[in-house]
Amino acid sequence: MLDKSYYEKTDEIIERYGKKPGSLIPVMQDIQAEYRYLPAELLTYVAAQIGITETKAWSVATFYENFSFEAKGKYVIKVCDGTACHVRHSTPVLEALWKELGLSKKKHTTDDMMFTVETVSCLGACGLAPTMMVNEQVYPAMTPEKALELIAQLRRDG
Amino acid sequence: MGIITINGKRYEFTDEKNILTIIRKAGIEVPTLCYQPELSVFGACRLCTVEDDRGRCFASCSEEPRDGMVIYTHTERLRKHRKLIVELLLAAHCRDCTTCDKHGKCTLQKLAYQLGVNKVRFDDHREQRAVDFSSPALVRDPNKCILCGNCVRVCSEIQGIGVLGFAHRGTDATVTPAFDKAMIATDCVSCGQCRVVCPTGALTIRHNTTDVWQAIGDPDTRVVAQIAPAVRVAVGEAFGLPRGENSMGKIVAALHRMGFDEVFDTTYTADLTIMEESAEFLDRVGKGEKLPLLTSCCPAWVKFVENEYPEFKPNISTCRSPQQMFSAILKDYYRDEANAKGKKTFVVSVMPCTAKKMEAQRKESYTHGQKDTDIVLTTHELIRMIDAHGIDFETMPSEACDMPFGIGSGGGVIFGATGGVTEAVLRRLTEGHDSATLAAIAECGVRGPEGIREFTVPYQGIDVKICVASGLANARKVLESVKSGQKEYHFIEVMACPGGCVMGGGQPVGSTKAVCAEARTRGLYAADGDMAIKKSDENPLMDLFYNGFFKGKAHELLHNHE
Repeated sequence: MLDKSYYEKTDEIIERYGKKPGSLIPVMQDIQAEYRYLPAELLTYVAAQIGITETKAWSVATFYENFSFEAKGKYVIKVCDGTACHVRHSTPVLEALWKELGLSKKKHTTDDMMFTVETVSCLGACGLAPTMMVNEQVYPAMTPEKALELIAQLRRDG
Repeated sequence: MGIITINGKRYEFTDEKNILTIIRKAGIEVPTLCYQPELSVFGACRLCTVEDDRGRCFASCSEEPRDGMVIYTHTERLRKHRKLIVELLLAAHCRDCTTCDKHGKCTLQKLAYQLGVNKVRFDDHREQRAVDFSSPALVRDPNKCILCGNCVRVCSEIQGIGVLGFAHRGTDATVTPAFDKAMIATDCVSCGQCRVVCPTGALTIRHNTTDVWQAIGDPDTRVVAQIAPAVRVAVGEAFGLPRGENSMGKIVAALHRMGFDEVFDTTYTADLTIMEESAEFLDRVGKGEKLPLLTSCCPAWVKFVENEYPEFKPNISTCRSPQQMFSAILKDYYRDEANAKGKKTFVVSVMPCTAKKMEAQRKESYTHGQKDTDIVLTTHELIRMIDAHGIDFETMPSEACDMPFGIGSGGGVIFGATGGVTEAVLRRLTEGHDSATLAAIAECGVRGPEGIREFTVPYQGIDVKICVASGLANARKVLESVKSGQKEYHFIEVMACPGGCVMGGGQPVGSTKAVCAEARTRGLYAADGDMAIKKSDENPLMDLFYNGFFKGKAHELLHNHE
């Protein structure tokens, strides 16, 4: 059971879209924007509030790559692995980040909750390949060295 | 309305919703994995794809018929398509067929053979998933799931529960409860309808036959069986007997040969249920409290009320189900040294139902801290045990049940069909037992295939309003209408499985549901017709119960206690 404030916030979000099945996706998006992930307890709560089964909500939430049930780090790094970025060597960038942060295909977030590393299929910035995003900021023409430098910078910023 | 040409022959159609129905009516078999007539059309498996005269291919399950259409069902192109579809499904499917419970009954296995898939060219690189053994009733093996969605739709559309759903997508897609929970941690009521529609071995019955063989093998154990009404009209079809034929005599004989010491008929406690539930009903009507009375025979329905409508819990009859009454009686009877004769007693209940396995484990199913029903076997497991014992069922002579619990009435037998409990109650409450009286009861609206039936019966100056429902989505509608005050009833009978216990989750699966339901229901009413005793209160064993060995124990043994 989460703290009461989570449910109050969720009630407020549901209020924005109305208690109907069609509100599921925007409600989940807003919850994720608020907490940087989708707490399982809230998904169950939302399902009951808008009148769908928990299983249905889980189906929708897992269908979209964008929803995450794990708490994400302060810096969410999205390494593009779309075709253009891939052929321009995005994989070494990803591997350098994994190695530096002790992450892997299975483990996305550092234990200190500072960094989350994910891959995305296209950021729509193929001309800047290989591309990377940290939260809302886009970083073009990445190399493993530039990525590590950026991590160091972010660590200094705290 | 119109004419459609299939493989060069013209067929008339009227209001069929899709081409597949017309094709099947024409006696042509087109393979399907995801099509179930009573569920919404899903169009996932693509095996029913047909070709038209312009060479266009489309799934016949999701195509509306149009006048003048010309289609072909088995062209060379379609053969290739179907073969490849099945080959690809097999590539992502656990292929341990020899040890699978579905062996010989698996639609995927059958299609692979029919379509001549003799080699699978692709390797399975998927990660193996854990098999879920958490439910006492069902086993879920995600490695055998082909994502046809039948279980997902039956659970939400027919049962109105929606425990199972799709999760993730693409090659990661699975069918699973929310948050990958174990089945036991969900609102699953163990009805087993998912297992009925599963074309592969992804959802199967949790078997308990090993424990039964062990008990039979122990010379210090008395193994006693009780057989539910609906079992007798379903076993035969697995052994080539006409569908719906009552083979109770053969079942009793087979169980005796297998080594069961005593074989009884659950119909006996169905009669006791009627005695107790009728009394409880009259009492509540008299006091005007806790109405409508909700029947308590179906454990999946009871669980459903507990999960979703706890406010109706006091309305559920306090009567134990016939299974639990019988087991409590048997254990009590053999607790007496004179009857036990130095042996332990092991109670096996043979049921058309997977939820009974769950019921037997509930805390109310224990007396003096001892489990009343030791093992629940489904009809499917019984069939496998008969097979395993090398019994030629077809030529088995008939044997009668053992005494002192071997007699039941016609009212008890029809428990296996939707409306049966209500009809037996009405017989109990009605004076007289001549055929005209019984026929009038049968025709009052209590019988029929509809999912919700309402009717009114006059009784001692009041109009008793009755509702009979089967399928939990229908039950939900009924409870919602009562809750909102839109409807008012005195008595509500619910069976979780559409059609009642004859279509239970533990029954063998064959042909279409409509055909099975009709034949088995007819079989039960025929069995009722064959019996001299039609009314539960006229069962001679009732007097022995209330005034004999069990005198004064009715409340303790036959009711659930908070």
